[in-house]
Amino acid sequence: MRDTESTGYHAVSWKEPIVHQLSRKRRRGHQVPLAENELRAAIGDVTSSIPEKMRRKHPPELPELSEPDVVRHYIRLSQETYGVDSGIHMHGTCTMKYSPKLNEYITRSPKVADLHPLQAVETVQGALQIMYEFQKWLCELSGMAEFSLQPRGGAHAVFGNARIIRAYHKLNGEIEQRKEIVTTVLSHPCNGGSPATAGFEVVTLYPNEETGYPDIEALKAAVSSRTAGLMMTDPYDTGIFDSNLEEYIKIVHEAGGLVAIDQANANSLLGRLRIGDVGSDLCHFNLHKSFSTPHGSTGPGTAAIGASEKLSKFLPIPTVKFDGNSYSLDYNRPHSIGKLGEFYGVFPNVLRAYAWMMAMGAEGLEEASEVAVINNNYLLRKLLKVRGVSLPWYESHPFRLQEARFSLQKLHEETGIGVADVNRRIVDYGIQDMETSHEPWIIPEPFTPEPPETTPKEDLDRFAEVIDAISHEAYASPEVVRTAPHNAAISKIDRAPSRDPQKWAMTWRAYLRKARSDKC
Amino acid sequence: MLKEIGVQSVEELFVDIPQRIRLKKKLQLPSAKSEYHIRKEVEAILSRNKACGELISFLGAGCWPHYVPAVCDEINSRSEFLTAYAGDVYSDLGRYQAFFEFQSMIGDLVAMDVVSFPWYGWGNVSGDSARMAVMITDRHEILTPHTVSPDRLSIMRGHCEGLADIKLIKNDPVTGQVSLEDLKSKISSKTAAVHIENPTYLGFIESQCKEISEIAHDHGALFTVGVEPLSLGVFAAPGEYGADIVCGEGQPLGMHMNFGGGLLGFLACKDDERFVSAMPHRLITITTTERKGEWGFTYVLPERTMFAARDKAKSFTGTATALWAITAAVYLSLLGPNGLRELAEVIMQKSHYAIKQMSEIGGIKIPVFNSCHFEEFTANFDATGKTVSQVNRVLLNSGVIGGKDVTEEFPELGNTALYCVTEMHAKADIDKLAAALEEAIR
Repeated sequence: MRDTESTGYHAVSWKEPIVHQLSRKRRRGHQVPLAENELRAAIGDVTSSIPEKMRRKHPPELPELSEPDVVRHYIRLSQETYGVDSGIHMHGTCTMKYSPKLNEYITRSPKVADLHPLQAVETVQGALQIMYEFQKWLCELSGMAEFSLQPRGGAHAVFGNARIIRAYHKLNGEIEQRKEIVTTVLSHPCNGGSPATAGFEVVTLYPNEETGYPDIEALKAAVSSRTAGLMMTDPYDTGIFDSNLEEYIKIVHEAGGLVAIDQANANSLLGRLRIGDVGSDLCHFNLHKSFSTPHGSTGPGTAAIGASEKLSKFLPIPTVKFDGNSYSLDYNRPHSIGKLGEFYGVFPNVLRAYAWMMAMGAEGLEEASEVAVINNNYLLRKLLKVRGVSLPWYESHPFRLQEARFSLQKLHEETGIGVADVNRRIVDYGIQDMETSHEPWIIPEPFTPEPPETTPKEDLDRFAEVIDAISHEAYASPEVVRTAPHNAAISKIDRAPSRDPQKWAMTWRAYLRKARSDKC
Repeated sequence: MLKEIGVQSVEELFVDIPQRIRLKKKLQLPSAKSEYHIRKEVEAILSRNKACGELISFLGAGCWPHYVPAVCDEINSRSEFLTAYAGDVYSDLGRYQAFFEFQSMIGDLVAMDVVSFPWYGWGNVSGDSARMAVMITDRHEILTPHTVSPDRLSIMRGHCEGLADIKLIKNDPVTGQVSLEDLKSKISSKTAAVHIENPTYLGFIESQCKEISEIAHDHGALFTVGVEPLSLGVFAAPGEYGADIVCGEGQPLGMHMNFGGGLLGFLACKDDERFVSAMPHRLITITTTERKGEWGFTYVLPERTMFAARDKAKSFTGTATALWAITAAVYLSLLGPNGLRELAEVIMQKSHYAIKQMSEIGGIKIPVFNSCHFEEFTANFDATGKTVSQVNRVLLNSGVIGGKDVTEEFPELGNTALYCVTEMHAKADIDKLAAALEEAIR
């Protein structure tokens, strides 16, 4: 058996208590700025104006800690978290590229942090200029007519696009007839989930076994006078570009439907293909993917919706206008779907992406795309040499774009070790675990690494070496993998509370209540 | 690397993209700049902004000025938190624990046992609450007071399009309180939920929560409540007055306003399987591991969310506002129960001092509603003969940003502005506002 220590890595492991367990009576971590004596004297006891029945009788059972207690606790938790800055992080479908530090620095300026969204427009000209110019750049990059920066994540943008499709058919008096959205199973799940939330029925197409995408005939059969639109991702998370796209768009348009293409992961297309030129009516970009804004442990993100000339009147309000002199917010858009969320989305992300595009320039964007695609194909060649690893649709698509979805089916059949085991074991080597696949797993035992342009060759080599080492372990000493992790912050967890109402506890108060009743 | 791949040129790797749909021209974008030049240029653009620290602002209305302790920025700048994303608990234990602590402390605040992963903002979680109520009751109508935030109402309606109708309940014109008569006349076996906001959008406290809760429950409907969290330092928690689902806006818990980019929606419910199954977002439960003394964390019923259920999910979910949830956890552990109560009291002292100073000017009806207020209140300028925008323009000349003009949102209130006063306003700031107002209405 291989020595589990031989990975040469061990994560920080603090066995940190829950913050409530650190609580000590009467400790305080922050002094509130008290009101001036004169002010207090002038108004007396204001809390006496609170109606008795609306008074808080029991103070919230928040923990009581000093400032150093709080800092140490959360610094420790940060040390037990693995970001892009920590090491090899190729979580696929997520485009985990490096976020330049300058962009972080500028978003923390009071000129950004302390802006209220409802200030008079003459006091926020700088912010509006950045939003206006950035959405113009996105128009140039996508071939779309106008953008909204309001959505706070990809699924939000797809929801917005579904609502625009609804508004369009409603205006044409066809919404009662057009109730179906067609999507493909390899599209991001929000291409099914978001239109369903917007009230559509969803028809899902499956890929052809040889090509990796649906046949034209399958799409034709799914499209009818009931079709409101096609909402799909291209390229897919398999790294395969669905080259039927142009034909799909034609078919859907001829049937009176609209097309929204999910460009969340557009890293392989920058400067090479503009989805608007292909005829898509709507699209969205995730700034936290292709445009380098940090993922923030899962948000806040920003997803920009792009609309063609025909559909831009439906975009959420407000949009940013420029009259040649000054910038303003345009609420006077009678066909707009209204608001998707409060205010204008996550402005700091727009600023970060704006600065990132300034650093890249047009040529830099194209180069980034090329480097990312080279990285992916280089890694792909290395991983295919690993015993037990295969790449579905390799024969029809030996080259992939931004990422590739591999299968460990063979490894699983031959050793009993599947992707969940490998994903725990990879952490022992100091590498972030891998994206498996969105559901349903049409590729068995899937894993999806995505090495963006900021991944050096050394990381690709190391990643492939580690997958190879784990494969060796799986064949020679599978127990090491099955019982992993060994060098992580914690050992294997008990997943039973995941589906047991008696055991699950989403808050400390619920945990204490259930622990108490256990003892009775 | 190309040699290793086995190709002559990078072009060969893009073979899947048909030539005929490729971009044939160069992008018309500015050319690449150095870090130095980007910083110079961006700072020059940003200098055209006048931030709330340079002016004295009395704007709230869904995004409020509060002091952000330095520790909050220190922790959310930690690059591990900033640049992590979707790893499992073995690589990312720390962020899972921070999320569990966020859920726990929101649960403490609102007095509910189940709290979900954070979400976009109050508007979107209001929409989720409504959808949950529809799923749980299989009824398709939501009742909410007429005084609800128009923005949040519009977002809720967007979430419920084709699923549920949202109908408005009248309020008492003097106190602003929900008209229980109107509620009783509109509630029926079709009602999925009665949804209120507390404090209300217009700043006053709805005090008939128990009564509203009873009316809703008597008709088999749910009672859902949206809250501003700092007010819960002194006001009763929704879990204590019968709420089934609670949502709210966490931006005051350590987030800068960020031009509206600091919003953090939270969503809580009863620890009941029917409710948990209807939750659209991730839920993290605490668990144990194989080694003694370690906490682990895992997702509850993962198949219920859109990630697995796709179009069969209750609502969409996805990239959320996790960095702000971590920040809120930091903020709440810094303040603790006593800091929170003290802060809520300070806010009330200052807002009530502002009400007093503004009403002493004469001519401004303030607050419009005769009820208890927290940090926001309405001011009516009808008797001055001025519109809110006229008043605000004069205030801006004195370096003061007046309250939000709600004249269009609530025409029946006349020329009315919504003011917000927090711990960030010194007595001198409020006195300056009063002096500037006196000049503006003259």
